[in-house]
Amino acid sequence: MPAPPQDRISRNASPETPADEVADNAPQALAPDAKLKFRTGDSVIADRVFRGLTIICAVAVFVIVGLVLFELVLQSRLSLHKFGLHFLTKTIWDPVIEDFGALPFIYGTIVSSLVGLVIAVPLSVGTALFLTEICPRRIRAVLSLCVELLAAIPSVIYGVWGMFVLVPFLRVYLQPALARYFGWTGLFGGQNFGFGMLAAGIIIAIMILPIIASITREVVVAVPRQQREAALALGATKWEMLRMAVLRNARPGIFGAIILGLGRAFGETMAVTMVIGNSPAIARSLFAPGYTLASVIANEFTEATGNMHLSALVEMGLVLFVLTLIVNALANLLVWSIKRRNPGRGLA
Amino acid sequence: MPSPQSHNIKWTRRVSNYFALGTITIFALIVTVPLFLILGTVVYHGISGLNLDFFTQNPKPMGEAGGGMANAIVGSLMILAMASAIGVPFGIGTGIYLAEFGRNAYGNVVRFTVDVLNGVPSIVIGLTAYALVVVTQKHFSATAGAIALGIMMVPTVSRTTEEVLLLVPHTIREAALGLGIPQWRTTLSVVLPSAMSGVVTGIILAFARIAGETAPLLFTALGNRFWNVKIGQPTAALPLQIYLDALSPYDDDHRLAWTGALVLISMIVLATVTFRFVTSRGVKEAG
Repeated sequence: MPAPPQDRISRNASPETPADEVADNAPQALAPDAKLKFRTGDSVIADRVFRGLTIICAVAVFVIVGLVLFELVLQSRLSLHKFGLHFLTKTIWDPVIEDFGALPFIYGTIVSSLVGLVIAVPLSVGTALFLTEICPRRIRAVLSLCVELLAAIPSVIYGVWGMFVLVPFLRVYLQPALARYFGWTGLFGGQNFGFGMLAAGIIIAIMILPIIASITREVVVAVPRQQREAALALGATKWEMLRMAVLRNARPGIFGAIILGLGRAFGETMAVTMVIGNSPAIARSLFAPGYTLASVIANEFTEATGNMHLSALVEMGLVLFVLTLIVNALANLLVWSIKRRNPGRGLA
Repeated sequence: MPSPQSHNIKWTRRVSNYFALGTITIFALIVTVPLFLILGTVVYHGISGLNLDFFTQNPKPMGEAGGGMANAIVGSLMILAMASAIGVPFGIGTGIYLAEFGRNAYGNVVRFTVDVLNGVPSIVIGLTAYALVVVTQKHFSATAGAIALGIMMVPTVSRTTEEVLLLVPHTIREAALGLGIPQWRTTLSVVLPSAMSGVVTGIILAFARIAGETAPLLFTALGNRFWNVKIGQPTAALPLQIYLDALSPYDDDHRLAWTGALVLISMIVLATVTFRFVTSRGVKEAG
């Protein structure tokens, strides 16, 4: 029995429906809503279940972030209760008398990250500009693969390389030279171990280069072509075009990329732990060993015996979490603002 | 690129132009230097220790020559498999939500949270896994490490899944829905398969990222100098073993660390290059 032509829906609905029943119902098939729901009932429920499952996954992301915060606060309650806000301003770190302060570690985290940024920002912004604006097409693929590989090398391998190659190089060549020519600044002086803030800064710089470069590249690509053409048409040289049309438009996004790199730098653990020297002191010289929030957790957590010591270490984690949360939120807002405004012309 | 009227341009502008472009080019070249330095030294120091023992022996007692990282390689694979089992489904689910249902304010909030999770330092994730699993079970275990690494996979997998699902033309969805195929079948049997290579490479990328992670394993999987294939026990992992060997005072351990680094880096570089190759081919086919 051939099905009437208006019977499209029921034919697709479910194979179990007997053909004659379909034919009987055919005249009303398109009209009442209830009928349609009956025919496709399984699918409506299945769709809801499917949607529900994906929503559960999405909500799980919130739950994870919430759990991170909750557990950090829960596990550091002893230390939070005992030291309060003084934890952030004290310089003592003594597991024996159970007196803990985070200032040298916060200082070490921020200073080593800033040293990293000072080195990484010009290099990575330069790389991004080179890749998008200057580079011949053939070299572009190779160079961007190099940058990607730099991002893929694990932290611990940077650490091994830093310990056995970079630190001896700094001790024997770079640091004596810096001390001789720039010693008057006070930043490069004192004892020269090789291990210290400068080594950590250099390692951090290498590790955050790829992220700053790739995000800068995205926001630079998002600058409308007309801006460049307008600048060139007015007689600007290529550099003037880059400066006036590209960099000025992409500035908030590049700033966001830099801050995102800073967030990464704060959280770097293994490589920094292996080269920074691990000594909780605040010194002016970049040659001096330091300590970071992440490093002290990595070094002392498994060996900590007292509950107060553990709790103080978790509170270090909490400080680190809050620092990176603020920095990352700020950075993402900046990057989003620029990409949203100019939806871009795809990756070049 | 000299323009027709270049003789009209003031020489200061021309000089600053060449100077700036030259500086940018040099900066870009400098960036590649550390990559080759690191890869070069790892190969140089690591290749000599690359033999069968490395893959079949466990670490010898501290300071003794020889030994390998067999237990660490197996432990790593075990932890990574469990981490993927946790991270991949959640990542893909979130990615599907963002691409198919999340083109609105809720989606933006989720996207923002995924970015936040992506930015949480790995050691803090490790602390959380410690508090959630190790504290409640009262001992270190491979499971705890896998949970930490699984959480770290979610942002990468979900963002790549979202991106590749959005690349699937809307007309394909409309065609499927127009044939009366329910939405869930449309997504799972039509949209997802056509984006599959992208999703898989996203998983490989996330896998490569967590394969080298050490910090979250320090106080979850803890490490182990002996064989262990029980998920409830402290377990060795390749990056962790590299770290411990590098910090050891003995030269033999340093050699093992370099060889371990070589093996780890080869795995990761291979995965990254595969990722790059497959995605670039996909783009060519689409465009």
